[in-house]
Amino acid sequence: MFVINCPHCNEPREEEEFHYEGEAFIARPAEPETQTDAEWGDYLFMKKNPKGWHWEMWGHSAGCRKLFVVKRNTANHAIDGAWTLTEARAAYDAEMAKI
Amino acid sequence: MSSRVIHKHSRVDFSKPLSFTFDGKIYQGFAGDTLASALLANGVKTIARSFKYGRPRGIVGAWAEEPNALVQVDVGARTTPDLKATQVELYDGLVAARTSGWPSLAFDLKSLGGRFSRFMPAGFYYKTFKWPNKFWPIYENIIRRAAGYGKSPIEPDTETYDHKHHHVDVLVVGGGANGLLSALLAARSGLKVLLVDDQSELGGYLLSMPNVTIGNLYARDWVAKIITELSNSPNVTLLERTTAFALHDMNMIQAVELVQDHLPHHERKPEQRRERMHRIRAKQVILATGAFERPLVFGNNDLPGIMTVSALTTYFNRYGVSCGKNAIILTSNDLAYQGVADLAEGGMNITLIDTRANINPLWAARFAKLGVTIYPGYGIDQALGSNAVTGAKLVKLDSIKMSASINCDIIASSGGLSPTVHLFCHDGGRPQWKDNVLAFVVSATGRANAGIYCVGAVTGVFGLQESLSATCETITEMLAALNKKVESDDLSFNTDEINCSPAHAIFRIPTTAKAFVDFQNDVAVTDVELAVRENYRSIEHIKRYTALGFGTDQGKLSNVNGFAIAAEMLGKTIPEVGTTTYRPAYTPVSFGALAGAHVGDTFEPRRYTAIQAAHNSRNASYETVGQWMRPWYFPKPVEDIHAAVNRECLAARNNVGILDASTLGKIDIRGKDVREFLNRIYTNAWNQLAPGKCRYGLMLNEAGMVMDDGVTACISDTHFLMTTTTGGAAGVMSWLEKWHQTEWPELEVYMTSVTDHWTTAALVGPKSREVLAKLCSDIDLSKDAFKFMDWRDGTVAGVPARVFRISFSGELAYEINVDASYGHYVWEELLKAGAEFGITPYGTETMHVLRAEKGFIIVGQETDGSVTPFDLDMAWAVSMKKPYSFIGKRSLARSDTARTDRKQLVGLLTDDPNFVLKEGAQLINSDNITPPVPMLGHVTSSYYSAFLGRSIAMGFVIDGIKRRSDEGNNIVYAWADGKAVKVKIASSVFFDAEGARHDV
Ligand SMILES: [Zn+2]
Repeated sequence: MFVINCPHCNEPREEEEFHYEGEAFIARPAEPETQTDAEWGDYLFMKKNPKGWHWEMWGHSAGCRKLFVVKRNTANHAIDGAWTLTEARAAYDAEMAKI
Repeated sequence: MSSRVIHKHSRVDFSKPLSFTFDGKIYQGFAGDTLASALLANGVKTIARSFKYGRPRGIVGAWAEEPNALVQVDVGARTTPDLKATQVELYDGLVAARTSGWPSLAFDLKSLGGRFSRFMPAGFYYKTFKWPNKFWPIYENIIRRAAGYGKSPIEPDTETYDHKHHHVDVLVVGGGANGLLSALLAARSGLKVLLVDDQSELGGYLLSMPNVTIGNLYARDWVAKIITELSNSPNVTLLERTTAFALHDMNMIQAVELVQDHLPHHERKPEQRRERMHRIRAKQVILATGAFERPLVFGNNDLPGIMTVSALTTYFNRYGVSCGKNAIILTSNDLAYQGVADLAEGGMNITLIDTRANINPLWAARFAKLGVTIYPGYGIDQALGSNAVTGAKLVKLDSIKMSASINCDIIASSGGLSPTVHLFCHDGGRPQWKDNVLAFVVSATGRANAGIYCVGAVTGVFGLQESLSATCETITEMLAALNKKVESDDLSFNTDEINCSPAHAIFRIPTTAKAFVDFQNDVAVTDVELAVRENYRSIEHIKRYTALGFGTDQGKLSNVNGFAIAAEMLGKTIPEVGTTTYRPAYTPVSFGALAGAHVGDTFEPRRYTAIQAAHNSRNASYETVGQWMRPWYFPKPVEDIHAAVNRECLAARNNVGILDASTLGKIDIRGKDVREFLNRIYTNAWNQLAPGKCRYGLMLNEAGMVMDDGVTACISDTHFLMTTTTGGAAGVMSWLEKWHQTEWPELEVYMTSVTDHWTTAALVGPKSREVLAKLCSDIDLSKDAFKFMDWRDGTVAGVPARVFRISFSGELAYEINVDASYGHYVWEELLKAGAEFGITPYGTETMHVLRAEKGFIIVGQETDGSVTPFDLDMAWAVSMKKPYSFIGKRSLARSDTARTDRKQLVGLLTDDPNFVLKEGAQLINSDNITPPVPMLGHVTSSYYSAFLGRSIAMGFVIDGIKRRSDEGNNIVYAWADGKAVKVKIASSVFFDAEGARHDV
C-alpha cells in the first residue's frame, strides 16, 4: 500500500497504478547464443532477493506506461527514490561508488 | 431497576427508555447504554460459557478489550456474530443472543466433570495432530461442537458498504483527552485534520472521569469546549464510531465506520451504507490510542462479577450502572484510585486491597473519609462463589498467609495500564518495556521522521496533566517540523489529580485455584507453566501452544499478563521475553466493509462487445473470458449445451456460421522498425511479409515457453496490426513495452491498444464467400485475388472494413473488422445476408470444438508456461535462422528444453467414439493403478465432434510425437473419476490435414 513517485508523471501515486517488473539492471546478454547454459540460467533465474534496499523496475501501467527504477527497502517498503531508465544507472553507480 | 444510579454525569438519557431482547428475554435500558451496561443494569451476570471448560463468564471490560461477552446481534440477513456487548450501542428493539453455552447459559455440558479440561490442555491441537488418524473423527466431533462462537449469516447480505478515500495533513487516531488536544492544536495551525474515534461519543476515558477538572473546567465541559471549536473549524473532520484498524506503509490507515447499526431498524435509511471503510493517506499520523487497564490474575478470577476497575468505574460514572453494592477492589497501582473514590462517594461499600504495603497518604486520608476499608500488602488468593462472585479469600503477600474471607457481590482488579500500541506496531514498529510504568509503550517522537507521533497513555504517560503537557510539546515539535507554530496560550493543563506513587510489579497472585490469564481462550496460568515445562522458549511459540492472545479480543487484556507470567517462569525479564507480533486488524472487521462496493455486479468490470445486444436477442449463454463476457453458445428452445454446440458446429462446417471475435486483443504498432521489433518478439520471420498479408506468430517468454499467439497483419511497411489472445492482451502490451523501453529503445516503434476500437465478425464455413459477396462489392473475393492469409480494405454493408481471410476453424473464413460503432449494424446485416444459407451464430464452445478438430492450440489451455513450440509440434512456426536471437530462442537450446523426450502435444482417441475424456485426466501407461504410477501427461482439451461423429481430445504425453507413429507403443490410459480409459495416441489434426477445406 505504498506510494510511488513516477519520475515521468512526476507525481506520487498509489501502488495499485503500478506493476512490478523485477530486479533492475539485468541486461540481456548481447549474444545469447555464445552463453553457456549456466550463464544463460544466471541471467534468467538468479535474482538478488535482498532483505533491505533493492533497486527494482516498476511500470506505470495505469498511467504513462513507462518503466522506471525504484530503490525500495524490501523489509519496510521505504522508498528512497525513483528514476527514469536513462537516469537510473548513474544514480545506482554513484551509490555503489560510495560503498 | 435497582442497580441504576441516576446522577448528573451519566451519559445515559434516563428519559428515553428502550426495550431489547437478550437470549429470548425482554429487558429495558436507556438511550446511551451499551448492550453490556443495560445487561449489567438488569442484573444479568452470566453472558457466556467458556471455550474449553464451559465455565460461566460475565462482563470484564467496558469496550474493545472485552474477552467474554461475545453476542450475536440481530437476526436473518443482518445477523452479526461475536460482537462485544460492551461495544454494541443499545437501540429500541435490539435482539441479541449468547454465542456460547450449550444447551444453555445456565447449564453447559462442557462444565460437567471437567471433561474438557482433560481433553484440552495447552498444546491440545499439536498433540492431537500427532495421534493416529483413526481417532480424528472422534476428536473432530468434540472440537466442532466446542469450537467457535456465534453463527455466520446464511442469507445474502441485503446491506451495502462502501469505501472512502482521504488525503489529509494530520490524522488523529483516538478522541480522548490527548487526541482532542492534538487535533485542536493541529487545526489551529490551519492543517487539514481528520480525527477518528471508535466510540459513539468523543472524550475517551474522560467520560468515565467526570469529577476531574482541567483548568477550571470539569472534564466533560473541557471536552465539549474542544469539540465545539473543532466542529466550527472548516479544516477539521470528526468521525465517530470509526475504528482505525490498520496502519500500513507510508501512513495509510484503514478505518471502519459503523454508519447506522446503532439506530433502531425503522430509523435506518435504505440508501445509507451499513459500514464505510475509510482509507486515509495522512502526511502526519498522531496516535492517541490510549490504554486498557489489565486485570490481576488470581484464583477463580473468571467468575461472573469480576471485572477491571476501569470497567466498574465506567459503568458507574458513564452509564449510571452500579454493578454491585459491596465491592472488593484489588489494585497494584494508584491509577485505579480516582474510580474507587467516585464509587465510594456514589454509595458503594468498598474494601480496597492494595498489593503494596504503603498507601499514598493523601489517598489514604481521602479513603478514610469515604469509609473505604483498606488492606495494604494483601492480595486475593481466590474469588469465592459458584455461578457468580460472592466473596474473596485474602492472602497477606509478604507471608503468603491466608487471611479471612470477605463477602462481596463484585470484585474489580487493576494491574496497571497496557497501552494500545497496536497501530504503531502494524508496519514493523516495536514497543519498549518501561519499568517505571510497568508497560510496553511507544515513543512520542521516535518515528517522527515517518510522520508518526504518539501522545497520551500509549506513550506510557498516564497522568492527565502530565500527558496533556507532553502532548502539547509533541505537537509543537510536529508543527515546528512543518514550519508552523503552536497556539496554546489560552489552554491550561492543570488538573486536581493526586500524584501517583510507584506501582507494584505484580501480575499474578500465586494460588492453588484455577487462575486464568486469557478468558476467551481459557488459558490458565498452569497452561503457560506447561508450555514452559515442555521447553517452549519464544513467546511467539508459547502463544501458539497455549492460544494466549488468540480470538476476537486478540489478548488486549491478557497479553501483557501472559508475557509477564512466561517471563517469571522462564527466569527472564519481561523485555527479554518481549511481545508477540501485532498485526492488523486491531478489532474484527466485517467482510462487507473490506469488500465495499466490490460485490455482485460491481465486483469486477465486465466488458461487453459492441454487439452484445444482438447476442442477447438471440438467447446467448455467456462465459467469462478475462473480464469479457463472451457468448458461449446460443441455445434454441429445449436445446442443452451439447445439442446447441453440435448444431452450431455442423452449420459452420456445412454452411456458414458467425462468431463475435471482437475480444481478441489488438495492438496497433507503427514506426520504421516494426518488422525488426516483430522479428525479436515472435519466433518466426517478418521481413518478407508484404502489405496486404497476415501471418500467425508464436510469442515466447525468455525461458522459451509459449506465452501468446495470434495473427499479425502488415498494413504497410511501417504499420502492423497485432492480435493477441483475449485474456493475454494487457500482458502482451506491457511485455512489448518492457522490451522496447529496456533493451531496444533504439527501435522506432509506437504501440497503441485498439482492442475496443474494432468489432470483429468471423464469417466461417463453405458458404461464407457467398454471404460476404452480397454485402461487399469493392473487394475481389475470388480465390486467387484474395488468398488465404491475405487481408483487404473495402466496405461491408456500406461500412469501411478491413477483411482478413484467416481461419481458426479450418474452413473458408473471413474476419470482418469494422469501427466498433458500426459493429452491431454490420453484424445484423451479415445475419440477414446469410439467412438464405442458414447462417448460425456460434459461441466460444463451438469455436473450441472447431479448432480442436484441426488441432489448433489455445494458449492457456494447451499451454501452461512449461511448453515450448517444439513440445506443441509447431517447429514450422519457429525460424532459427533470424539474425537477432529472438526472445526465448536461447532457452530452446538449454539442456532440459532441448530434450527430445519431453511431454509433447498429441491427439487422443478413445475406442468408444461416444466417450468424452475428462479434461485434466492423467495419462498413464497401463490400467494397473498400483502405486507408484508414472504420470506421462494429461488431457488438455476434449470434446464430442458432431462433424466427425466421435469424441476427440488433445493432451501431453512424454515422448508423444514419437509414440504417435509407433504402432506397437501408442496406447495410454486416461485416469479420471476412478477409471482408467484406454486411448490411442494419434495426430492432433483430426481431419483435412492437407487444408483443402480453406483452400477454395
Ligand atoms: Zn507515470
